Amino acid sequence: MSKIDVKMTVNGTEVEKAADPRTLLIHFLREELDITGPHIGCDTSHCGACTVDLDGKSVKSCTMFVGQANGAEVTTIEGISGDDGSLHVLQDAFREHHGLQCGFCTPGMITRAYRLLQENPDPTDEEIRFGIAGNLCRCTGYQNIVKAIRVAAQQLNSAQEAAE
Amino acid sequence: MIPGSFDYHRPESVDAAVSLLASLGDEARVVAGGHSLIPMMKLRMAVPEHLVDLQDIADLKGISIDDGTITIGAMTTQAELIASEELAATCPIIRETSLLIADPQVRNVGTIGGNVANGDPGNDMPALMQAMNAAYIVQNSAGRREVAAREFYEAAFFTALEDGEILTAVQFAVPASGHGHAYEKQKRKIGDYATAAAAVLLTMNGGTCATASIALTNVANTPLYAEDASAAIIGTSLDSAALDAAVAAAKAITDPAEDGRGPVEFRTHVAGVMVRRAIEKAAARAS
Repeated sequence: MSKIDVKMTVNGTEVEKAADPRTLLIHFLREELDITGPHIGCDTSHCGACTVDLDGKSVKSCTMFVGQANGAEVTTIEGISGDDGSLHVLQDAFREHHGLQCGFCTPGMITRAYRLLQENPDPTDEEIRFGIAGNLCRCTGYQNIVKAIRVAAQQLNSAQEAAE
Repeated sequence: MIPGSFDYHRPESVDAAVSLLASLGDEARVVAGGHSLIPMMKLRMAVPEHLVDLQDIADLKGISIDDGTITIGAMTTQAELIASEELAATCPIIRETSLLIADPQVRNVGTIGGNVANGDPGNDMPALMQAMNAAYIVQNSAGRREVAAREFYEAAFFTALEDGEILTAVQFAVPASGHGHAYEKQKRKIGDYATAAAAVLLTMNGGTCATASIALTNVANTPLYAEDASAAIIGTSLDSAALDAAVAAAKAITDPAEDGRGPVEFRTHVAGVMVRRAIEKAAARAS
């Protein structure tokens, strides 16, 4: 079937490529753009390891065709750390508070947490758990993931208050 | 998990979409949020040769309340339904139900149109629409028609939608002020489809139930409008005899699939429990 012309902005860089329409966004990112942060965990739209930030919303990139993302602004875990490689507050909190073990779910988890804290800057633990319900972790039991997100929220809010 | 090949189209109006479907024939399918269709395509259970993406069609978005009627565009996402303060104020059962669907990522993309048009017995919105006696607005090359939600579902993935038709909106009357509502959903884990779920809308007149509407999710190959169960509580004080009668009437019409969510008898039992809890919760919320 005919290829389509795809244009999108990924982690701040404009990208333009011809693609087979049946290419899933996750495959486009990983195989065409070498952006391997987002992972393929279940391929059945459950686990969220493929989570990216698309036009300001958390989206499972394994359940979207590349054409559907045409014209979109996409941010992956690579775009969440600083341009100089410095860690985002969330990444640092995950490191500090053992929010990961094998790390496979982590890019998707942090990408989701990043957007969650923009939607709700001061979530309760229950709101955090509900907010990351689309991201499954087989290792940690979520305890330290929730803690890392809570700590990151506190740090982001104090930094915000200090700036004001 | 690679889907079959297809050509991709992105029309900008309903008319353009309908014309496209007419010219492409029955190997074409529309895609809304894609969170039912794309997983099926990845399993090659659906292999359309053409995909018509509806996301650029502005006329399919929007929530409006006019003259006692609520109209919701088919491409309105679950997240948009949840965020609507207008809907929360006039029809709170919608937000309650939406929050029980899947997870945040899926709700950002999944649409009400896709949830009601696909005919998947696991979807939550169809029973809700039946409880609300909603109408589905459908567009085809001959024009516009309406189908009652209570008459739309024929079997799993078989609906009254003909080839070439697009469901463009759902429409229903604003529920009476002071109505009681509840959507009770039993599931194995957050985000799962229902083991069984019940939608209840009712109004009270003093201590007596004046109107009631009960519908069930995922306990048959279609949503079930539980007419007899609804009748069983109307005119009663919602005492335990009335609730028992409603639960028995609801269980009598179930025909659940046996799957990982449980054996047939268990799922029917849970349907009864959901009906009871939903009636009690709705009654407590009614004024």
